[in-house]
Amino acid sequence: MNKPLENASRPNAQDGDHQGVRAAVMGDLKSTLLLFLLLVVITGLIYPLTMTGVGQLLFPHQANGSLIKEHGRVVGSALIGQYFREPEYFWSRPSATSPMPYNAAGSSASNLGPNNPVLAQHVAARVKALKAADPAEKGPVPVDLVTSSASGLDPDISIAAARYQIPRIAKAGGINPTVLQQLVQKNTHYPLLGYIGEPVVNVLKLNLALHARYAQKHPEANPVTH
Amino acid sequence: MISTLLLTTTLLVVTILLGIPLGVYMHRVYAGERFWASRLLGPVERLTYRLIGTSPEREMDWKRYALAILLFNLAGGLFLYILLLLQGHLPFNPMHFSGVAPGSAFNTAVSFITNTNWQDYSGGSTMSYLSQMLGITVQNFLSAATGIVILLPIIRAFVRHNTKNLGNFWVDMTRTVLYVLIPLSVIFSLILMQQGVVQTLSGAIHADMVAPFTSGGKTILQQVIHIGPVASQESIMMLGNNGGGFFNMNDAQPFENPTGLTNFLETMVMILIPVGLVFLFGQMTKAKKTAWAILVSMLILFIPLTLVSQHFELAGNPIFHQLGVTQANHAALAGGGNMEGVEDRIGAGASALFATVATATSTGAANNAYDSLIPLSGGINLFLMQLGEVVFGGVGSGLASFLAFMIFAVFLGGLMVGRTPEFLGKKIGAFEIKMVSLSILVMPLLVLIGTAIAATTVAGRAGVFNPGAHGFSEMLYAVTSPANNNGSAFGGLSNDTRFYNLLTGMCMLFGRFWVYLPLLALAGALAEKKKTPAGSGTLATHTPIFIGLTVGVILLVGALNFFPALALGPIAEQLAPVSHVMTH
Repeated sequence: MNKPLENASRPNAQDGDHQGVRAAVMGDLKSTLLLFLLLVVITGLIYPLTMTGVGQLLFPHQANGSLIKEHGRVVGSALIGQYFREPEYFWSRPSATSPMPYNAAGSSASNLGPNNPVLAQHVAARVKALKAADPAEKGPVPVDLVTSSASGLDPDISIAAARYQIPRIAKAGGINPTVLQQLVQKNTHYPLLGYIGEPVVNVLKLNLALHARYAQKHPEANPVTH
Repeated sequence: MISTLLLTTTLLVVTILLGIPLGVYMHRVYAGERFWASRLLGPVERLTYRLIGTSPEREMDWKRYALAILLFNLAGGLFLYILLLLQGHLPFNPMHFSGVAPGSAFNTAVSFITNTNWQDYSGGSTMSYLSQMLGITVQNFLSAATGIVILLPIIRAFVRHNTKNLGNFWVDMTRTVLYVLIPLSVIFSLILMQQGVVQTLSGAIHADMVAPFTSGGKTILQQVIHIGPVASQESIMMLGNNGGGFFNMNDAQPFENPTGLTNFLETMVMILIPVGLVFLFGQMTKAKKTAWAILVSMLILFIPLTLVSQHFELAGNPIFHQLGVTQANHAALAGGGNMEGVEDRIGAGASALFATVATATSTGAANNAYDSLIPLSGGINLFLMQLGEVVFGGVGSGLASFLAFMIFAVFLGGLMVGRTPEFLGKKIGAFEIKMVSLSILVMPLLVLIGTAIAATTVAGRAGVFNPGAHGFSEMLYAVTSPANNNGSAFGGLSNDTRFYNLLTGMCMLFGRFWVYLPLLALAGALAEKKKTPAGSGTLATHTPIFIGLTVGVILLVGALNFFPALALGPIAEQLAPVSHVMTH
C-alpha cells in the first residue's frame, strides 16, 4: 500500500532536481484543477438538476411551493404565512419583514435582544391591540401572538393563540364559536409521535375556510374587499 | 421540558445508531475495499482517476498533500468569486439579480471555501439560481470534503509507521464526494422535498391574497413568494456542516424547514457525519474504545450546555410576564417559552437544541433568531464555538482538532506520571506539542484581538444593533463565529461593511488554514515514527480518568481564554436587573 512518493507519470520528479520538483508541482496543479472542474460539474450541475427533475416528477406539489389555488388562481402557499388584520379573520403572528409584513421575497427576524426596551415596547403595543379588538377577553395573551417569528413568514399559530381569538372572530364575523372551534381543530397539525415538532394551526387554511363562509353569507359584499 | 428532553434523547440515540454503520461504511470506502458501493460507483471513480491522471497507489507526503489542499481551495475561491461578480450576465437567473459587489463577493468566497458559510448577504434576494447551484452548492460539498480530507492523513499517521506517505489527496477527495456526500445528500433531498422543501428553477410566485391590506400607504394585493432549487442545497448544507442558507432566515424559512420532522432531521444530520467519523477513527486505528471515549467526552461537553440553554428558552423572557403575556408551555397548546425569533412549528425547546447543535458542530445554521435568545443561551452558543469547534465540530476538522486536544491531554498526563507521553503507539515529542499548541492557540488570538479591534473602532461599533452588553455580544459573536468557521450570527449586526467583510474574511482564512496546516505537519512527523507497543507505563486513552483529563483540558483552555469576554457580554446581560431594562 505504502509505495514511494514519486509520481510514476513524471519520472523527472526526484529530490534535489529543481526542474523535476517544478514539473511535479505543475503536474499536481493540473490534476487538482481537473478534479476541481470535474467535481464542479457533478455537484453543481448534474446533482441539483437531477434532483430538480426527480422532485418535479415525484413531488410536484411540494417542489413548486405547496401552492393553494382557488378558482384556478394561486392565493398563497400552505407553508408561507400571510398578513391578516380584519377582526373577522384569525391573525397571524407579528412579522418583522420589510417593507411590509409577511414579505415572502425577504424573510427576516426582528433581531431584538431579549432585554432591548424596543422589544418590550413592541410586545406591550401588540397586547394592547389584541385587547382593544376584544375588550371582553381578560386572560393573558399567548406569547406567540405578540412576538415576531424567526422568518417573519410563520404560517402557523399555536392552538392557544387560535383559541384566544375565537370570541373576537365569533362576534365580528357572526359565526358560532363551536363552529370556529371545529375549524381550528380541522386545521391543526399534530407533531409526529407527539414530540417531534409542536402542534400548530395553519392560519391561511383556516382563514380560507372562513373566507368561503363569508362569501356564501354575503355573496355581494366581501368583508375584506370593501 | 419533558417533550424537549425526549426530543434531545431521541436525537442523540438516532445519530449514534446511524453513525456506527456510517463509520464502518466510510472505513470500507477509504480502504478501497470492493463491496456493493464500489461495484455501483467504481466506474465513475476510476474514470475520474484516469481523467486527472492519478491512482490510489500513488501517495503523497504531508507537504504535497497540504499543497494540494491549498491549491484546490484557492481554485474554489477564485471560481466562486468570479461567478458571483458575473452572475448578472449568466443563465439561471429568473429574478435578474445583478452581480454581487466585490467586497461581499470576496467575503462570500472565503466564507464558503473555509466551510464557514458566514453570510453578509441575504440569500433569496441576492443570489441567482446559478450562483446557488454552481457556487454555493459546489462549495457546500467541497469545503465539507476538505474537512474530511484534512482528517484522513492525521488518522493514517497513527495507523502507519516509518513512512512519509499519508494518502492521495485527489483519491480521498473523490471518494468523499462520490461515496459519502452525494449519496447522503440525494437521500436527504428526497425526504426534504416530500416534506415540502421546494426544488424548482422557476422564478418567484405571485399569489393573489384573499385579504389585501395596506402598508406604508400602499394597498398590497399580491404576495411575492421566492422559491428555487432549495432541497438539493439544503441537504448538503446541513450534512456538510456548512449552514449558509438559501434564504435570508436560513432554517427558519418554511421552504428550508417546513415541518417538525424536517427540523428534527436537519438537527440530526448536522452531527451525523462528525459522529460517523469518530467511528471511522475507531475502525482505522482499531482503537474502538478510544473512539467511544472521544464520543463520550463530546457528549459530556454537549449535554449539560444544551440542557441549560433549553431551560432558559422554555422559561421565557421575564420581561414578558409583566406585560400580560403567558409563556406557559403546555404540550397540548404549544407556543410557550421565549418565542421572539422562534417559529411555532419548531418551538422554543427544539430551537435551543438546534442552536447548540449548530454551534457545537461548525454548521452555524439557524432555525431561530440567535440575537433574540435569552442572554445565557446566546452565551452558550458563543462558548460552544470558543471551545474550538471540537464538540462534534465541523465534518473532519472537528475530530482533527479534538485529536489535537487529546494529544495535549496525553502530554499533560505524561508530565504528571513522569513517563514519555505516547498516543496510540506514537511517542509525542517536542515538535508534536509545538504543532498542537500552534493549532489550539491561533483561534483564541484571532477572536480576542479581532473583538478588541471591533470594540475599539468606530467602524466596528457602527454595526451594532442592540444596546448595552448585548451590543458587545454581537461583536464578540461576529468574530468568534468566522474564526471558528462556524458561520452563525447575531443577525442584528450590520456586517456587509468594508470593516466587517475584511475582519471576518481574515478570521475565516486564518481560522481554517493556520489551525489545520500545523496538524498536517504533525501527521507528517507522526507517520515517520515507529510504533511502540503499549507498555505498563502507557496512559490508557479510554478510561474515565483520561476522559476527565481531556474534557478538563478543553474546558480549561476555553474558559481561561474566553471567560473575561463572556463576562462582559452574555453574563453581564443575564445578570442585568429587569427593572433597569424596563425604563421606558
